[in-house]
Amino acid sequence: MNPYEIRKLFPILNQEVNGHQLVYLDSAATSQKPASVIETIEEYYRGYNSNVHRGVHTLGTKATDAYEGAREKVRKFINAASTEEIIFTKGTTASLNMVARSYGGANLSAGDEIVISYMEHHSNIIPWQQIAKQTGATLKYLPLKEDGTISLDDVRATITDSTKIVSIMQVSNVLGVINPVKEIAEIAHEHGAVMVVDGAQSTPHLKVDVRDLDCDFFAFSSHKMVGPTGIGVLYGKKELLENMEPVEFGGEMIDFVGLQDSTWKELPWKFEGGTPIIAGAIGLGAAIDFLEEIGMENIEAHEHKLTAYAMKKMSAVEGLTIFGPVDPEKRAGVITFNLDEVHPHDVATVLDAEGIAVRAGHHCAQPLMKWLNVSSTARASFYLYNTEEDVDKLVDGLVKTKEYFSNVF
Amino acid sequence: MSFNNLDTLYRQVIMDHYKKPRNKGILNDGNLTIDMNNPTCGDRIRLTMKVENGIVVDTKFDGDGCSISMSSASMMTQAVKGKDIETALNISKTFSEMIQGKEYDDSLDLGDIEALQGVSKFPARIKCATLAWKAMEKGLKEQ
Repeated sequence: MNPYEIRKLFPILNQEVNGHQLVYLDSAATSQKPASVIETIEEYYRGYNSNVHRGVHTLGTKATDAYEGAREKVRKFINAASTEEIIFTKGTTASLNMVARSYGGANLSAGDEIVISYMEHHSNIIPWQQIAKQTGATLKYLPLKEDGTISLDDVRATITDSTKIVSIMQVSNVLGVINPVKEIAEIAHEHGAVMVVDGAQSTPHLKVDVRDLDCDFFAFSSHKMVGPTGIGVLYGKKELLENMEPVEFGGEMIDFVGLQDSTWKELPWKFEGGTPIIAGAIGLGAAIDFLEEIGMENIEAHEHKLTAYAMKKMSAVEGLTIFGPVDPEKRAGVITFNLDEVHPHDVATVLDAEGIAVRAGHHCAQPLMKWLNVSSTARASFYLYNTEEDVDKLVDGLVKTKEYFSNVF
Repeated sequence: MSFNNLDTLYRQVIMDHYKKPRNKGILNDGNLTIDMNNPTCGDRIRLTMKVENGIVVDTKFDGDGCSISMSSASMMTQAVKGKDIETALNISKTFSEMIQGKEYDDSLDLGDIEALQGVSKFPARIKCATLAWKAMEKGLKEQ
């Protein structure tokens, strides 16, 4: 794949910011969208906007077909067994909250354990904290090794027969590390626990196969994988979802409504109360088409190569510390770093003056920041439209940042 | 924007306060402690104040953050030390207007603080500059 050709498909990238060609290195926060996704959403609103699952009319049928067609695209993309296992949600956060509240609420009690890791994003911490408080369960943290990776020995030592839920991110939004979630799932299952995978940072960048991982739940967001914001997915194994109660009640999700009692629709619709995110789902479908045409294997290979290149170039910058594993094979396209003597916000501001967009802050991972013993870091993240030239500009920008700050002092 | 424009943000006097913060630390005989953080970026401040008979007799700050938030905290402690509560809150109001790029009362002598005026051109950094001031306002309004 040629990232220079791919760039041209993303209209937003063709602009100057602060007098410089935009270098967008914040895809881990949200990715940019190709023209095909933008146009698909526009076509829906211009041509067949209608509510789904209720209209007898032509537009309603067309909208329903497109919405359910998107569900099938998602199913195939992550290799789920059936579309009954694909629930559209607002995003990864909503998906994880749904598992915590519905599955956790019904299956946890005092003495039970939930196991997560120190590197989790807040969206895979707080839902579990809340349900632990409500049910009396204990929230346990998997330790990390020196380089920020998870060791299976630690996993075996942490998960016990009291563990009911294990929830781990597949790729870290800070360390870039790819976690062995398949192996962790196997250990969880040996102890009778369910395995939840936060796929927000993995699904955009590598081939996900939920049946190969044998996870019980898998959550991800559309906006990090060239799709629109406001929509995401919860995958769950059918036998688990069937026994779970919805968390939102109202229109769309019901079968029969009486005065005192109601019954629910079958899967997956019982979990989709209210008018669904129709344009979002259709947009996500277009995003999947786009990614599949390029090929997830190609995207993964491109990012590995670019990350290896960036780590090599960035390591040569004096006073720059990169967090996480040094072996680029162990990580996805996320590089979190600090520059000696310059605060990450100041790094981000100086880079922005050069048209380079990076993230600075705690990256919604305060426990991990504490573990790293830093209050804040800067992060550059890559996607299929980034090039070695972008990396060169970043490195030049970092050198200039150092010079600028040594001059003003 | 070129690096020249950055100079409107990173003025010499700001860098001086960042490198050599005034009133840094914790007051041992303070009667007010305010902890505040900026949840979007992780900047933290602990402001301790000694307020007696309506006067900010002494104040110190401790914390961790970027050049803008820490220099602003340093300048703030300098500005309110020895002032009565009303004057301190008045300086804070003027500062807030200045930092948002609004018209502000320039009859008040802001001293070093005026160097932070350039922050108004960098909307993403306004919250950095206001953290210490919000802590001070919170503390004094509780009085």
